[in-house]
Amino acid sequence: MSAETEPSVTVTDVELDAELTSTGLVASADEAEYALRIGDDSLILAQQLGWWISRAPELEEDLALGNIALDLLGHARNLLHFAGTALGKTEDELAYFRDEHEFRSAWLFEQPNGDFGHTIARGLLTSAFQFELYTQLAESSSPGLAGIAAKSVKEVAYHRDHAVQWTLRLAGGTDESRSRIERALINTWPYLDELFRDDELHERFDAAPRPSALREPVMNVLRQVLAEAELDEPKTSESSGDGRHGHHSTYLGPILAEMQVLARRHPDASW
Amino acid sequence: MTTVLTPASAWRIAAEVVDPEIPVLTIEDLGVLRDVRMQDESVVVTLTPTYSGCPAMDQMGDDVILALTAEGFADVRVDFSLTPTWTTEWMSESGRQKLEQYGIAPPGPKPASGPIPVQLGVKCPRCGSLRTRSVSQFGSTSCKAHYECLACLEPFDHFKFH
Repeated sequence: MSAETEPSVTVTDVELDAELTSTGLVASADEAEYALRIGDDSLILAQQLGWWISRAPELEEDLALGNIALDLLGHARNLLHFAGTALGKTEDELAYFRDEHEFRSAWLFEQPNGDFGHTIARGLLTSAFQFELYTQLAESSSPGLAGIAAKSVKEVAYHRDHAVQWTLRLAGGTDESRSRIERALINTWPYLDELFRDDELHERFDAAPRPSALREPVMNVLRQVLAEAELDEPKTSESSGDGRHGHHSTYLGPILAEMQVLARRHPDASW
Repeated sequence: MTTVLTPASAWRIAAEVVDPEIPVLTIEDLGVLRDVRMQDESVVVTLTPTYSGCPAMDQMGDDVILALTAEGFADVRVDFSLTPTWTTEWMSESGRQKLEQYGIAPPGPKPASGPIPVQLGVKCPRCGSLRTRSVSQFGSTSCKAHYECLACLEPFDHFKFH
């Protein structure tokens, strides 16, 4: 089929813009930068988790990981939409038409799915982080960020519960399952540190919790889970990842290529 | 018969729109319908999304527009507002009863918030037993968990706390 014969399509901007802008909220430049960072975290993880649908070890996990991905996509849509009010872009433009160096997600979120143990270990770290982040952000002086966080934290609570239960089950299961979750935690642990680094944005923007202030509550939760699972805390060095400034690992490019190809091949396509 | 075009009649019409995935519940039962007001000649309906990624929200918005347009309201707009944050505690009592009769265990109180999970008993909507177990906190839609009853051995959905 040639490009000329493809059906003409229109973007439903009206529907997309109905959320948030209807309340008259327009993000400041700093709010937008912050929303992009945490929105990209969720967008990249949602894209990765979608791969598991039809491939998880059991049907219930196809559904669970798919539902978690759907929640994360919802959080990303809200955050990117909010950022877009400052940048004059729709959420779709931000998701599909930014290049790799324009993404602000941390390296943890672009780490590969690996085996099921790696997906669970990554999920444990991301959900423990997002739970503390959204809990604090729900009290933000920014009504836009606070509203999104208050909603998201309720859903992330279920994501964290899912990851914790699987961590305990894998650790307490067979020698094989225990060695897999141990290895996965060792491989994933180096990417925690990046989540807790303050930078110039946080020097001037006080409507979001400082990343460094999240370290202790997040690590407390992770240590509680490790203790319950009778696992040692991995002793690993820290990743030099710097996704918040657009410097990514080799993993992000292929994730974006798959996520963006349809929208770029057929600009303005809609269902 | 023509409908009188008032805010009250607009609310009544919008309130009858059902959740496309759980058609025994109206959007009023769900607590999703937050506001209906007239703005000059337009009707502005405010809905609160349930789950952030719930694909039924767009459908609910479209159905509200269709229902009001069919009754003679010419210009209808649907706004989505994230605040105040939707919670299952807004679900009406009749909504809870309808859910249970439909075979879905209605939402319970806020679960304990610690990182190590504690399971609360959920009553089987078929036999009423509390001897049930969570199979997965994620089910066929964003809002439902998957349970099984250890008494009557039937699987069932539970509308989980949000």
